[in-house]
Amino acid sequence: MKKFDYLKPKTLEEALILFSKYGEKAKLIAGGTDVIVMIKQKTMAPDILISLQGISGLDQIKFNGSLSIGPMVTHRAIERSEIIRKNFSALADAADYLGSVQIRNVATIAGNICTAAPSADTATPLLVLGARVKIKNLKKERTVSIEEFFKGPGETVLEPGEIVQELLIPKLLPNTGSAYYKLQRRLALDLPLLGVSVLLSLDKDKIACSDMLCTASPISTILHKMEEDNIVCKEVRIALGVAAPTPWRAVKAEALLRGKELSDELLEEAAEAAATEAQPRDTIRGEAWYRRDMIKVMVKRMAMKSIERVVQPEATVFPERLW
Amino acid sequence: MKQIIKFSLNGESIEVEIESHLTLLQLLRDKLELKGTKEGCGMGECGACTVLLDGKTVNSCILPAMEVHGRTVTTIEGLTDAQGNLHPIQKAFVEYGAVQCGFCSPGMVLSAKALLDENPKPTEEEIRHGIAGNLCRCTGYLQIVQAIKAASGQ
Repeated sequence: MKKFDYLKPKTLEEALILFSKYGEKAKLIAGGTDVIVMIKQKTMAPDILISLQGISGLDQIKFNGSLSIGPMVTHRAIERSEIIRKNFSALADAADYLGSVQIRNVATIAGNICTAAPSADTATPLLVLGARVKIKNLKKERTVSIEEFFKGPGETVLEPGEIVQELLIPKLLPNTGSAYYKLQRRLALDLPLLGVSVLLSLDKDKIACSDMLCTASPISTILHKMEEDNIVCKEVRIALGVAAPTPWRAVKAEALLRGKELSDELLEEAAEAAATEAQPRDTIRGEAWYRRDMIKVMVKRMAMKSIERVVQPEATVFPERLW
Repeated sequence: MKQIIKFSLNGESIEVEIESHLTLLQLLRDKLELKGTKEGCGMGECGACTVLLDGKTVNSCILPAMEVHGRTVTTIEGLTDAQGNLHPIQKAFVEYGAVQCGFCSPGMVLSAKALLDENPKPTEEEIRHGIAGNLCRCTGYLQIVQAIKAASGQ
């Protein structure tokens, strides 16, 4: 492996000073599960690594309606956070799907978005949750939406000398549920063929057919029953990963649902719209036609899962597993 | 650049001068001659290099050695007791034939230990989820899952 110096500043200020002093020669390292791999694969060759692990206070999760996540919060901490599992479920799903326990114990959320892989597990949940990213350099602070944050595969709005200081998720509407699904070839340690996040805010938290949600009944049957309940979708967000150069929101599909009464046909239509809007590619992991077909399936299922989480919040804290 | 780090390794505190680009795995195997920890893929995917850092599993092949300063590292060598007796998880692995070539075993045992420390009575699903970061190409995992279940007293 290439040799590098390793600096461990004690404060964010100190880190910013070092980062602006060494400029291009230096890279920031959080958990290092991407950075060290990239150095080993020779796709990154820094002379200096500036570690953020010695700085205290960057690994806090704070909740008072809105949520603040420190950049050094690990995926394991997110997966384990009762607050995130209950209120921001899609993000907990994503953290649970990422890598393995070993990776989740060290890999951080800011690291995941700064690597900016089109497949980043936490990206689509952050998109549907409306996250904002607080960025700091030596002179000033700025906040950008997570949509603006991603510019291309491996590219973000971060300029040299800038550090992600905090992730903010605004207070969600009442009766909101969200869910993330990672379509992958094996059940652990894989990159997704597709990442699908959906967030739905409903106008009620009780529905007559809620008992059916945990049954094996086909989704269309359950949704058909739901129509009798006249559930109105007050807010909806749909985000897809590995379906375009950056994680992205299917706004046309969202527009079909927003303010409407939910029905099987309408969800079908929205899922179809998301699939049409997407620009998946043929890659070694899967072909575009398959991804497009699966978008249709998974958008609908994650919408169902979101509804399920509104009406039965205690029943489904873990993402579905097939084993 | 060389730097001195201090940390607790298998219950003993040690101080060692290292080149700052070393991974924890290189430090353990090449400098400290602890060969129990294995290098498989070297990219954090197979889990053969799993060790415990402050009681939590990490892939030592992609962990900068500089990060263990002031922390506690447990390798497979640290699992036996003072008389050299195997840890109950290791005994269960032997009993259930959960070891064939043995290359994944140190990592697998440590992942099992971290799992049981946190969740003393895991379900089979939780066991499988807990060892999902450790690849085994011999056993098909069945005996490993059985061994971990037995070690948890179930």
